[in-house]
Amino acid sequence: MIFAITAAVAILSAIIVVTHRNPVVCALSLVVNLCCIAVFYLLLNAMFLAAIQVIVYAGAIMVLILFVIMLLNLPQMERRREPAGLLQSILGGLLGVLFLYAIGRALSGYSRGFEAMPIREGFGWTESVGRLLFTNYFYPFEVISLLLIAAMIGAIILAKRKI
Amino acid sequence: MNLEIAHYYLLVSAIIFTIGVLGVLLRRSAIIILMSIELMLNAVNLAFVTFSRINHSLDGQIFVFFIMTVAAAEAVVGLAIVIAIFRKKVSTDVDEINLMKW
Repeated sequence: MIFAITAAVAILSAIIVVTHRNPVVCALSLVVNLCCIAVFYLLLNAMFLAAIQVIVYAGAIMVLILFVIMLLNLPQMERRREPAGLLQSILGGLLGVLFLYAIGRALSGYSRGFEAMPIREGFGWTESVGRLLFTNYFYPFEVISLLLIAAMIGAIILAKRKI
Repeated sequence: MNLEIAHYYLLVSAIIFTIGVLGVLLRRSAIIILMSIELMLNAVNLAFVTFSRINHSLDGQIFVFFIMTVAAAEAVVGLAIVIAIFRKKVSTDVDEINLMKW
């Protein structure tokens, strides 16, 4: 029941993200979508990821995107633009149906015959995820810090007017 | 949580991913294209967590953690590029960004 409501809200807000003309409305409905996916994570026993999803995605990244939209004053810019062409829309719709069919075919092999496995104690909580992160995945974790520094320096250089 | 509905999670993930693909293909505002990419990344994350639950292995959740970090870096650099282009062209329309067109 929770799943059905959340799925409906998630799909609806995703559709609003790609169809609405006002970028602010798009960004806010993307926040709704991200929160719905956090609810899915909770239902799937991924508590740590649900918290990270709300804090990092719905908090930090979306604030950044909204800030840029407001900074560039995009809602006014968007008004004097013609909608997407008819041919483009038809081709896009066909491609979407095809794409959904292909993914559905690929995933349908996985969708049958699951045994309801009992969950180990602490599965998906911060302790188990952190333990795995600092043992098996320690080097990727360190590389990620390098990636974040590179992204930060790159963003500063790109956005600076004169170096 | 009953695992019989696990394929519905995968279905929702596929639908959201397709909507994100359509957003990238059909919209022209660069920021909305970035947001559609976020949609696709989230759909893939949902599939990863579902598989992690099905196989009862935490590796999928670790992957989602890494994808979130990469998405943050991607959003930051993408928005910086949008701002840099906006300064030159006073527009975020990707049709007008044809500097590297052959």
